[in-house]
Amino acid sequence: MESSNYISKYCIIEEHSVFVNGRKQFASEPVPFTEFAKAVYKDFGMDYPKFFKMDSLSKLAFLTAEIILEDIAKPGEENNNIALVFANRSSSLDTDAKYQDSIQDKKDYFPSPAVFVYTLPNICIGEVSIRHQLKSESAFFVFDEFPSEFMKNYADVLLATGKAEKVVCGWTELYREKYRSVMYLVEKQGKTEHNKEIINQIYTNSLWTL
Amino acid sequence: MDALKQELKSKIIEVLNLEDVAVEDINDNDALFGDGLGLDSIDALELIVLLDKEYGIKLTDPKEGKTIFQSIETMAAYITANRTK
Repeated sequence: MESSNYISKYCIIEEHSVFVNGRKQFASEPVPFTEFAKAVYKDFGMDYPKFFKMDSLSKLAFLTAEIILEDIAKPGEENNNIALVFANRSSSLDTDAKYQDSIQDKKDYFPSPAVFVYTLPNICIGEVSIRHQLKSESAFFVFDEFPSEFMKNYADVLLATGKAEKVVCGWTELYREKYRSVMYLVEKQGKTEHNKEIINQIYTNSLWTL
Repeated sequence: MDALKQELKSKIIEVLNLEDVAVEDINDNDALFGDGLGLDSIDALELIVLLDKEYGIKLTDPKEGKTIFQSIETMAAYITANRTK
């Protein structure tokens, strides 16, 4: 499908670093993910206490989306025209395993409701939607590898059919301290063409700065 | 009962991941839900688990939680009267 859409912003979080439009904006020492996530939250001046209740996958998706949407979707205002299309490889397995560990011992059996609610990958989309009051199209897919063509076509269809005016596409992968989140914003105006080659360059963090 | 109240504040902060709240920020009669600490329905379920795990109290009727979890004061009074450990 030919595209006349554009990528206006992208953000990558991996290996204790945050890149925005190709520029490194934050880096920390190698620390566990939850410590790194807290450091990013503080460094970017975020103010949303519910962040600390999220599981790691939601924290990762939330931080990346927050950086993408900071100038676009103001918290507290309804934003109905921003769609979210996320994908990853490990689904919510990181939290699923933690939950399973917590209920292994039948003599010490206290299932945590707060952990259980994160045992689905699309909960991270819910967290971003709640934060920005997005009552819009959203989908979470599980693929072996980043599906650049699929993501491109999905975003193009949402924009072409008027389902959304902007689409945040993302790969938010996290399992046992290995994490990588790549998100980019697709819209009808801009300079950087929305095509498979550019998307792959963004995914591999090899695109020159926007 | 003061020691129990302090313990409860500390456990609630830990279990509910109240990152920016300190023990001294919570007054004994502050509302835990709504305008007070701003806890939500999942937090309420976690408090029910906390009662069971730490104090051996099983709430058979979750509606009781509304009264018990009004404040640290009401929680501490209920635990003192009903704890099995």
